[in-house]
Amino acid sequence: MRSLFEFLTTSENWSGTNGIAVRLGVHLWVSFLALGASALVSIPAGIAFGHAQRGQVVATGVANIGRAIPSLAVLAFVVAAGGGIGFFPTFVAMFALAVPPLFVSASTAVSELDPAVLEVGRGLGMRQHQLVRRVEVPLATPLILSGARIATSQVIATATLGAFVGYNTLGRFITVGRANRDDAMLYGGVVLVVTLALIAELGFWALQRALTPWNRRRESNATASS
Amino acid sequence: MIGQRVLGQGPVGQAIVGQVEEPLIRWDWIGDHLDDLWERTVQHVQLTVVSLVLGLAIASVLALVIRRWRWTAGPITAMATLLFAIPSIALFAGLIPLLGTGLAVPTVALTTYSLVVLIPFMVASLDSVPMPSVDAAAGMGLTPRQQLLSVELPLALPTLIGGVRIATVTIIGLVTVGGLFDLGGYGNLIDNGLNRDFPTLIVMGVVLSVLFALVADLSLVALGRILSPWRYKATPR
Repeated sequence: MRSLFEFLTTSENWSGTNGIAVRLGVHLWVSFLALGASALVSIPAGIAFGHAQRGQVVATGVANIGRAIPSLAVLAFVVAAGGGIGFFPTFVAMFALAVPPLFVSASTAVSELDPAVLEVGRGLGMRQHQLVRRVEVPLATPLILSGARIATSQVIATATLGAFVGYNTLGRFITVGRANRDDAMLYGGVVLVVTLALIAELGFWALQRALTPWNRRRESNATASS
Repeated sequence: MIGQRVLGQGPVGQAIVGQVEEPLIRWDWIGDHLDDLWERTVQHVQLTVVSLVLGLAIASVLALVIRRWRWTAGPITAMATLLFAIPSIALFAGLIPLLGTGLAVPTVALTTYSLVVLIPFMVASLDSVPMPSVDAAAGMGLTPRQQLLSVELPLALPTLIGGVRIATVTIIGLVTVGGLFDLGGYGNLIDNGLNRDFPTLIVMGVVLSVLFALVADLSLVALGRILSPWRYKATPR
């Protein structure tokens, strides 16, 4: 364990192209791009399906397919199909990983809204697009945020896999440490990845609480009863 | 380019730059290596079943603890959530130097993840039993044990099967990740394929593990119907 501590506190291990800082940056960069791109596609699609009252059926299908096809399968398949190595297969796999939580939360949130609320909107003379923008989206935001939290923590945890197709994520410390039988480096990688995943989980949880203060009471009740 | 790739693009193959076009699948290779694929299948099934059974056993005990002492629900589910945040690659990699490359690492790691999925479902499924049914059972003079076994468990079964389905599909995917660390199963095929720059191996590993997940999921749906036939009786028209 002393060598693990040394690995993490030696400044040379933090600098350079294969240092912790660069790999952390690469790790976060691919996660950020994939999450952003996936959100741009999945959330509007989820809202559209939810608005058309097709949310539940499609959401169940998307969730089941997502679960059956793990990220590693996507990653490996992109490599095998000639997608090259490094950034591209990692990006595609992380994009796909983020789709189910984002899409399912958006479509479920919109299709499960109280019909009475929509009726009030219509009674006020709102058009379809006004109904979506002013009623459905604001009311669906808390659930969409919890979907985004799940997507973020999963993507940040799983971007580690990129190391197996030659991408310079934090997972590299694990693959290189293993190949060179360098336990300090391997455990250093493990500690870094776990810490980052936990920070993402807790950070998003705090963000979610800050953004939806009205939801705090309900959320604590829900967790207590589940 | 789809379906074809240039040899020498893989992480290792970069060193040997070749221009030979390698097809996505070499059918003759598959024909020659059926026994190898069978061996990987047996490993994948074994790892999945062993960790699921262990997970179910431990989760049942914890669910009974939660049922008896409600206040334990919070800490136990919080632990489960936190454990699930640990990336599977990190858990496999971290356990290998401690437990060696035998069956211990995948069993411990996969059982942990199955617990994480199963515990919330176990608690939810026992909560889903309608109180009047439990009261009726108590009124008929059933002992708490009889209530659990002959009333609560059958009524909780549909939700429980839902949890087992998710746990099973999750574990099958994670066994594949374990293969990257040479722990057995279809993931070994993917790992070999990536290292040797051989697409056939990668495609076989991917297709077989996804197929196994689908077959296992459908089998559990069927099992659920067999175990609770009253829910699926044809409604008279």
